[in-house]
Amino acid sequence: MRLAFQEMQETIRMIQMEKLDIRTVTMGISLRDCIDPDPAAMQRLVYEKITTAAAGLKETADETAREFGIPIVNKRIAITPAAELLGRATKDDALGLARVLDQAAEELDIDFIGGFSALVHKGITKGDRVLLDALPEALSSTSRVCGSVSAASTRAGINMDAVHELGSIIKRASELSSDQDGLACAKFVVFCNPAEDNPFMAGAFHGTGEAETVLSVGVSGPGVVLSALKRHPEADLGEVSEVIKQTAFKITRAGERVGREVASRLGVEFGIMDLSLAPTNAMNDSVAEILEEIGLERVGTHGTIAALALMNDAVKKGGAMASSYVGGLSGAFIPVSEDNGMIRGIEENSLSLDKLEAMTCVCSVGLDMIAINGSSPSASIAGLIADEMAIGMINKKTTAVRVIPVPDKSEGDMVEFGGLLGRAPVMGLNPHSSEKLMQRGGRIPAPLQSLIN
Amino acid sequence: MSRTRAVVSVVGQDQVGIIAAVTTALADKQVNILDISQTILQDFFTMMMLVEIPEHMERRELEERMDQVSSSMQLKIDIQREELFQSMHRI
Repeated sequence: MRLAFQEMQETIRMIQMEKLDIRTVTMGISLRDCIDPDPAAMQRLVYEKITTAAAGLKETADETAREFGIPIVNKRIAITPAAELLGRATKDDALGLARVLDQAAEELDIDFIGGFSALVHKGITKGDRVLLDALPEALSSTSRVCGSVSAASTRAGINMDAVHELGSIIKRASELSSDQDGLACAKFVVFCNPAEDNPFMAGAFHGTGEAETVLSVGVSGPGVVLSALKRHPEADLGEVSEVIKQTAFKITRAGERVGREVASRLGVEFGIMDLSLAPTNAMNDSVAEILEEIGLERVGTHGTIAALALMNDAVKKGGAMASSYVGGLSGAFIPVSEDNGMIRGIEENSLSLDKLEAMTCVCSVGLDMIAINGSSPSASIAGLIADEMAIGMINKKTTAVRVIPVPDKSEGDMVEFGGLLGRAPVMGLNPHSSEKLMQRGGRIPAPLQSLIN
Repeated sequence: MSRTRAVVSVVGQDQVGIIAAVTTALADKQVNILDISQTILQDFFTMMMLVEIPEHMERRELEERMDQVSSSMQLKIDIQREELFQSMHRI
């Protein structure tokens, strides 16, 4: 059937005026065949495998983007969680591996490489231990390497020993990158119930059930949803949901078409399509502004969670109808530093850390890109993580924490991270201690799956 | 001969000869036009064309030719593969 003039115009408007983009094509690469007891040999195998498998990634993605006339903003790689390679390694070997990953990313001219990761929600293996010890230095001495740690899951409970330690790891990473306002922490996320095929950073890794290499796509487009809603100022909430659903459907279809093209040109299996409304600091590219358009004077006020729940669900419904392989995190992200609306909400005292925490119960991930007092005690950071893990564990969803203690800055200061990472007002944690909870240690048992009230 | 379909969109200040210039450039490159629609909105000329591009045609070559038209007439011209539009608007 011929395309109508209005349909062509709609697509072009979405791309040119409303900032519809393919946020990322992320190639997942298994590194399990690179395991070698000799660290130098392993690093060589890792470098060779990555630079061979993703040799054409950037060029192919750029070429496809040009032909389809839709930008592909980031090209990324996700690898097997690095801890799986480090069972016999030392901390220095792990740092060497991180540097090799960084070099491979630089050689390929891609934006990020994710998977300097460990899954420790039940317990810590030798390889996990090495990775945790190396994390602060690895994050602060590389520029494109991202890491993540799974510290809890609905089936395993919360590894509170790991959570306790992660509070210190985040502090240490921040101190080691104090000349960049703790930027190393922006490349690290703690998960509950992580998605093993998520193409978004900092939390992308190539899970154990994945194929040798696979290409997944992350599509964004808060600007498109916002503009669509602005055309229906009087719609009731059922209609609002419908508008978001239809818009999400179209965005997802566009992303899948382009993603499949990139995958087929690279001769790689297409993995999943992740439609996540991920804001940027560009004008009108804000998730908070969508919530405000739905009917809030300012994000963070009463009703914010209801509006977010409606939006997140409608995005998922539209996405699920549009693609057979929806995966990853799919929904809405609420990073603070990358969203001008969230920043304004905090500056105008409408949005608080507690409200953000509550919002993570109904959005797709968690506390994201939040700058906190550089002097926050590590036990309090660990407490913040523990709360977020509990929300994910009980609600059977992915939750995450990516907070940045900013050295020498305190509540009310503004910190600039630059680029896609944006800027954030520094927030204060609760002044009362969580130390005793952390000192107890141990594991919080997995929750009951019935009697759910 | 195998051909790929694309949507050519042209936007700019209305003036004499836009269609002539654009279609001449397309004809130079053996691009076949299947459908044209255009409108004027507040002095702004907007045209959408569905075209067939010969498979052997180097995209760069076509883009460079269209860039000449767009810079001489102050227009914005984009060429995008039709599949993108089909996947967004057709199930």
